[in-house]
Amino acid sequence: MNTIDTYLDEHENKNLLRFITCGSVDDGKSTLIGRLLYDSKLIYDDQLSSLQDASEKNGTTGAGEIDYALLLDGLKAEREQGITIDVAYRYFSTPQRKFIIADTPGHEQYTRNMATGASTANLAIILIDARYGVVTQTCRHAFIASLLGIKHLLVAVNKMDIGGYSEETFHTIRQAFSDFAQKLDIPDIRFVPISALKGANVAARSPELTPWYAGPSLLELLETVDLSQDLNTRDFRFPVQVVIRPHLNFRGFAGTVVSGVIKPGERIRVLPSNKTSVIKRIVTADGDLLEAAAPLAVTLELEDEVDISSGDMIVRDNNLPRVKDRFEAVVIWMSEKPLQAGSQLLVRHAGRFVKARIEALLYAIDVNTMAQSAVSELPLNGIGRVVVETTQPLYFDPYAENHATGSLVFVDPVSNVTAGAAMITDSVFVDAGTPRIVSDAATLLRDHVERREFHWETGLVSPKDRLVRNRHVGKTVIVTGASAHAVQTFGKELEQRLFKLNLNSYYLGFSSLSRGLASDVQDNRSEHDAQIQRLGELARILTDAGLIFITTLPAADAYTIERLKVLNQPNELLVVALGAPAEHAVAPAITIDEAADVGQSVAAVLGLLAEQRVIPEYCI
Amino acid sequence: MSDQTLSQLKQLEAESIHIFRDAVSQAQNPILLYSIGKDSSVLVRLAQKAFYPGRLPFKLLHIDSTWKFREMIAFRDRFCAEQGLDLIVHSNEEGRAAGVNPFDYGSRKYTDTMKTQALLQALRAGKYDLAFGGARRDEEKSRAKERVFSFRDKHQQWDPKNQRPELWNIYNARVNPDESVRVFPLSNWTETDIWQYIRVERIPIVPLYFAAPRPVVERDGQWIMVDDERMRLHPGERPVEKMVRFRTLGCYPLTGAIESTATTVEEIVAETLQVRVSERSTRVIDHDSDSSMEQKKREGYF
Repeated sequence: MNTIDTYLDEHENKNLLRFITCGSVDDGKSTLIGRLLYDSKLIYDDQLSSLQDASEKNGTTGAGEIDYALLLDGLKAEREQGITIDVAYRYFSTPQRKFIIADTPGHEQYTRNMATGASTANLAIILIDARYGVVTQTCRHAFIASLLGIKHLLVAVNKMDIGGYSEETFHTIRQAFSDFAQKLDIPDIRFVPISALKGANVAARSPELTPWYAGPSLLELLETVDLSQDLNTRDFRFPVQVVIRPHLNFRGFAGTVVSGVIKPGERIRVLPSNKTSVIKRIVTADGDLLEAAAPLAVTLELEDEVDISSGDMIVRDNNLPRVKDRFEAVVIWMSEKPLQAGSQLLVRHAGRFVKARIEALLYAIDVNTMAQSAVSELPLNGIGRVVVETTQPLYFDPYAENHATGSLVFVDPVSNVTAGAAMITDSVFVDAGTPRIVSDAATLLRDHVERREFHWETGLVSPKDRLVRNRHVGKTVIVTGASAHAVQTFGKELEQRLFKLNLNSYYLGFSSLSRGLASDVQDNRSEHDAQIQRLGELARILTDAGLIFITTLPAADAYTIERLKVLNQPNELLVVALGAPAEHAVAPAITIDEAADVGQSVAAVLGLLAEQRVIPEYCI
Repeated sequence: MSDQTLSQLKQLEAESIHIFRDAVSQAQNPILLYSIGKDSSVLVRLAQKAFYPGRLPFKLLHIDSTWKFREMIAFRDRFCAEQGLDLIVHSNEEGRAAGVNPFDYGSRKYTDTMKTQALLQALRAGKYDLAFGGARRDEEKSRAKERVFSFRDKHQQWDPKNQRPELWNIYNARVNPDESVRVFPLSNWTETDIWQYIRVERIPIVPLYFAAPRPVVERDGQWIMVDDERMRLHPGERPVEKMVRFRTLGCYPLTGAIESTATTVEEIVAETLQVRVSERSTRVIDHDSDSSMEQKKREGYF
């Protein structure tokens, strides 16, 4: 049994390489993976025999030959259509390493799937069909690999057998790819000429076929690529997942060291509380540790009693991440519902959910050409750069420095689906103070209101609670008309009628506003916008408080009413016009004959309020 | 994200612990689906490590199809008592009353009633929003594409075409009422990893995994153990005593044994390397039709 003991110990102590394979069925990707599994003797006999049955049913390689690709297509729909539609994970090992392959399809949904596979990969294999050389798809694969921060690229020039293992073909392709790759940020790129179908240079070197190639085989490269420089060992980051408190004498903070190293006795700081303490013990079920490095999962006990909860982050006192609620990121969008500026989402980052909103969509990046362009929305599989605003600061490092704290996913707050993934970048645009692309007054106002609503802090009393108590909802009623006197009379009468019906109403004359809340604003035309803004903000608050708020704006034009409408969001205004509205005025909800009896006119407005379910019908 | 200096088994352990803690931090009412098999034993050990020195913040749920090996039930009760685990056992009582069994109803109907439906009943009754399971991606083709956090709609169904993207080690367990996620902390473990972990951690497993003389009959090319008097013998079938062990454990009339002399983990691994017959091939239900496991998963089977 000694050999088995050795085998098992060796298996336990191997290190792990995760890689992704990029290419379509036509590039021979599935054949390559099948070949790797086959050659590493991990295709079990029964899988092999059912494979031979299936090859005769669906195979495309012809009788007698094994279609390695069929080994990989997992799901029924895919088998029928002959395409893989998602990411599948495969496992194999050699005496040197254990490998996890993320196998992604080459068809639609490509960006989403490849990004998913690449997010955990140490290395990417890019397959090039020797007959066609570097094509658009090759560049797309390399760009996504670079975007996700993969540091090792293995370019496998496949189907070398078809062209008689031509050295010239291989060198032409290598040159073309190297030229393109200068635009990318991938430090380690290797090239291998292979034939997945024939097994040339896949597991073993094939000097008889490619005597001009002196390098290692594909598998040898996979077994030897050096990963030791890839990890961030400098910045200790520890997002707390769970607080463990089995009894009064123990309080441990459980989580994963996502980067860096920590030792007992080291001084730490907790975010967001900014409290400091010292590591007392690094606890694990297998005994205390003298040191914990990424990616170990441990439990930290501190010297002092510090209030820490799930979602907080422990870092070293003299090495802090960035703490910001406004930052830039490159997004890969994965939802059918396009991403737009103003979209409200949840961010999942470093073990917690935070409310977020897309402040600006700076530009989209074409996945094939890497060209940037201004767009109004990012569709499914779109890639773009955005400014993100969050309700609480995130503790992060740029993705280029730290994949663990620089990555996040967006979650749709209604459907809960994962809608996109993002890599946090340096804040070039935010820092330059020019995040907003459009800056006309209307856009700025909408942006102001969206941001105000995003940050609006609600109490424990819900609008429904207020409705039950008050028997009506809040509403802002704007009375306009040519005659200032008639408008005021009508507004006051409406307030009194509502009040007598036991409804909460309040009348505010515009002059009261200009002498009070807006008294710091000059009463002239140019400052009119500022006054209207105060009124709009006030209306927003009073409506939310459940009041029927009535105010008068005798000669309000469409521009003013439009601004008030925006400011009053998410509530709607009710505009009442006395007399025929002027030509440039906004269409009112109701127009009332100036000459009519005030009592009757008020009754008409009450009817409208009941119709709009602001007040109950039985009141009138 | 990987570390050269950390062995792959330690990395897998760390990843599984991370998954357990992340899931618990997101769930309101989690549960662990315990199947008594070797993967469940490993799953429980990892959960204990994740919350050490605290207790598990969830209970274990065992779906008892009423046709398990007797040794499995004995092991379950002993294991849970020794480890101080909170165990809930649920069986489909309607199915039991109706006498649903693998002989008269066929493996498909039986599995649906006594396993899938029983599981759905228990999950509904417990209002669990998150359930841990011991499935591994290397077990079977359709599982290779399953997420670590796998969303189930309010009918507990899995839609392979509509899975949530899963990037880095960021998991999304948010659900609306009556929806849930199944979480698979062993996703990236292979069979060899499981055996090696059992070996180094000295994890107790059901003795049926080790070879011993057992009464069996040969049926459809598989050795089926005659575990109790309910076993129906076909005309001409006569139990014979053979030195056998089981690669996976389920309901005894549906689980084939293999001839073996392996009585230690090392011997099992040695045999595994030589035999090269993949694990689930001794499970009768997988052979129902070409895509049977995928079909069962869509319907809610684990």
